[in-house]
Amino acid sequence: MTFLNAIIVGLKEIAANKFRSALTMLGIILGVSSLVAMFAMTQGLENGLREALVAVGGLQKIRVEAQPVPTEQRHLRDFATGVTLRDVYALQASASEVDVVSPEMRLDSSPVLSANGRTYRTFMTSGVWPVQVELMEHQVEHGRMFTEADDSDARNVCVIGTGIRDELFGRPEDTGNPVIPLGRTMNINGVPFTIIGMFEHYESEMDRKVRLAREAEAAAARAAGPQSGAKRDRGWRGGGRQGNFAFWIKNNTVYLPLNTMWMKMKSGQTNGPAEPRLSNMEIRIRDVEQMDRALTQVRNVLLVNHRGIEDFAFRTQEDWADQIQSSVRNARLSGGLIAGISLFVGGIGIMNIMLASISERIREIGIRKAVGAAGFDIFTQIVVESVTVAVVGGLLGLLCSRLVVWLISQVTPTDNEPVITLGAMAFAFAFSFLVGVLAGLFPAFKAARMSVIQALRYD
Amino acid sequence: MALLELRNVSKIYHTGGEEIRALDDVSLELNNGEFISIIGPSGSGKSTLMHILGCLDLPTKGEVWLDGINISKASQRELARVRNRTIGFVFQSFNLLPKLSVLQNVELPMVYAGIGGSQRRERATAALNLVELGHRLKNRPNQLSGGQQQRVAIARALVNDPKIILADEPTGNLDTHTGEVILNLFRQLSIQGRTVILVTHNPEIAAVTPRRVEIRNGKVAERVDERLAGLHRQAAAAGMAAGLGVPG
Repeated sequence: MTFLNAIIVGLKEIAANKFRSALTMLGIILGVSSLVAMFAMTQGLENGLREALVAVGGLQKIRVEAQPVPTEQRHLRDFATGVTLRDVYALQASASEVDVVSPEMRLDSSPVLSANGRTYRTFMTSGVWPVQVELMEHQVEHGRMFTEADDSDARNVCVIGTGIRDELFGRPEDTGNPVIPLGRTMNINGVPFTIIGMFEHYESEMDRKVRLAREAEAAAARAAGPQSGAKRDRGWRGGGRQGNFAFWIKNNTVYLPLNTMWMKMKSGQTNGPAEPRLSNMEIRIRDVEQMDRALTQVRNVLLVNHRGIEDFAFRTQEDWADQIQSSVRNARLSGGLIAGISLFVGGIGIMNIMLASISERIREIGIRKAVGAAGFDIFTQIVVESVTVAVVGGLLGLLCSRLVVWLISQVTPTDNEPVITLGAMAFAFAFSFLVGVLAGLFPAFKAARMSVIQALRYD
Repeated sequence: MALLELRNVSKIYHTGGEEIRALDDVSLELNNGEFISIIGPSGSGKSTLMHILGCLDLPTKGEVWLDGINISKASQRELARVRNRTIGFVFQSFNLLPKLSVLQNVELPMVYAGIGGSQRRERATAALNLVELGHRLKNRPNQLSGGQQQRVAIARALVNDPKIILADEPTGNLDTHTGEVILNLFRQLSIQGRTVILVTHNPEIAAVTPRRVEIRNGKVAERVDERLAGLHRQAAAAGMAAGLGVPG
């Protein structure tokens, strides 16, 4: 008996019992589509995280953060220097693996920004050197970045991200014209600064689509002219944080020159250190492959400067990349397990139906054997039937998975658009095939072992 | 040498600790072109004998030789092959597959013989023409009368050109007239050189065969009707395909 024949017999059997086959397939359809949807969602998650990783400057970046003195060095606390500009100069002079060093000094508490009659409590404002722009992969779209002259003169100038602009001067998609607040004055904790530059708007692919849609909507609303009747404020503006967290942080940047930060914002504080202390340094190394060597070098240089007191810590993007890996793997594993279980249950459904089907067809099996079918022929026929049900169900499931993914993204919109990959589809399909084979084995074995005489006599 | 030979065959069943000898030391020889009936009341071991002759079952003791091959120790796979190539079955209840068309039913043995599609269709059509059903190829079995269904079953039995046709009460579900037509078909087949075995409980049907094997309590007794045997030999020698009336 050829394979093709067995497949045709299987398909006929399915067509003859349409409703029953459809119910049987439903298990496989749901299993396959949820498996694909799960993979699509974790893929979306991974893509989002990777985009964010690239947005903050890739794997070559190391951050050196000031830390409290470790417990075993408590007695040396008074000698601890903290991270200072001397560390920056030392690294520039002695660490060969280090390409760029950029110091950063942050305002400790959430600073209040005010301009244009509005206030906004941001979460971070940093004094930096101009080189920070390069390190953090910022692009100045309007105006300019402050220069070393601005820094050495400690001028009251700042460069902001579009998030700050949105909060203080309004969104361009709402107002209908590009809002570029160059030359405007912004108070940071009451100290006036001139905005001399603005970065471009950073967003993920998904956010871009959403923003363009909002823009089109707002434009249409403006074109329709002023709305008649009272417009009620329902107290919900759908504003707040939008889009991917990493992009949101990047858009909320406020940079001042480092000297300005020290002299105008920090040095007057009570209980502050007499010497300017940095909150952290961003370092870019020359070669990612030499990460360990570079870390050792930086650590050695810093320890000399810090009199052996380890009041600093490293944070590499590698940790983040590993975290992405492991969280995606966990999501994939747990989601896949649940979907796999439902596929397995679908397989049990197939086995159940195949068992019912062979006991319905005992006489047919007897006749087939009497005219010369060997046990193997019957075995093949049943397995092929079961696989056919599973494979047809699997194919329908692949179609349904698009629907499921669409439904999920409608019901719970996320920043990470689910992505159906070919690999996920192939995996789910192969899995359904395997389930079909496994579900067919036992009924097929049973049918093949049936005695001809008893099967022929069966009514 | 005989085509099919049973040598001291016994079939013993054990049910509830009790030993039942369905066949008790049976020896039998069948030659090419013989027309033979096996007759016996129910419970006589008739079915068991048929199963063993038809290679559906193996004896507990003794040997079965088919075409010079000892098949009493054959594997299930080899038995399936023998059933496919050497033996054609005709059953009382026709045993056609209801979901397949007449043509597909007749093609079934060739499917398991591994014969290609076009040749299959050709040979099945030829076999159906032989039983005068060439015009009903696309019908389902349940759209045919009992006699027609039995003729389809005969076509199916013939299609792999077997040496032996084994018919189990082939007229049991048919009226007298249709039964005669079917019996005539069998006679013609045996004249053409096939060995035809009729299994029946009805002495009137057994009376059409030259050679009758009676089975009772697992033992066989043979009787040859010399007149019919002579006519049968004559017909076979003359190569006649018809001409014998059905008695009674």
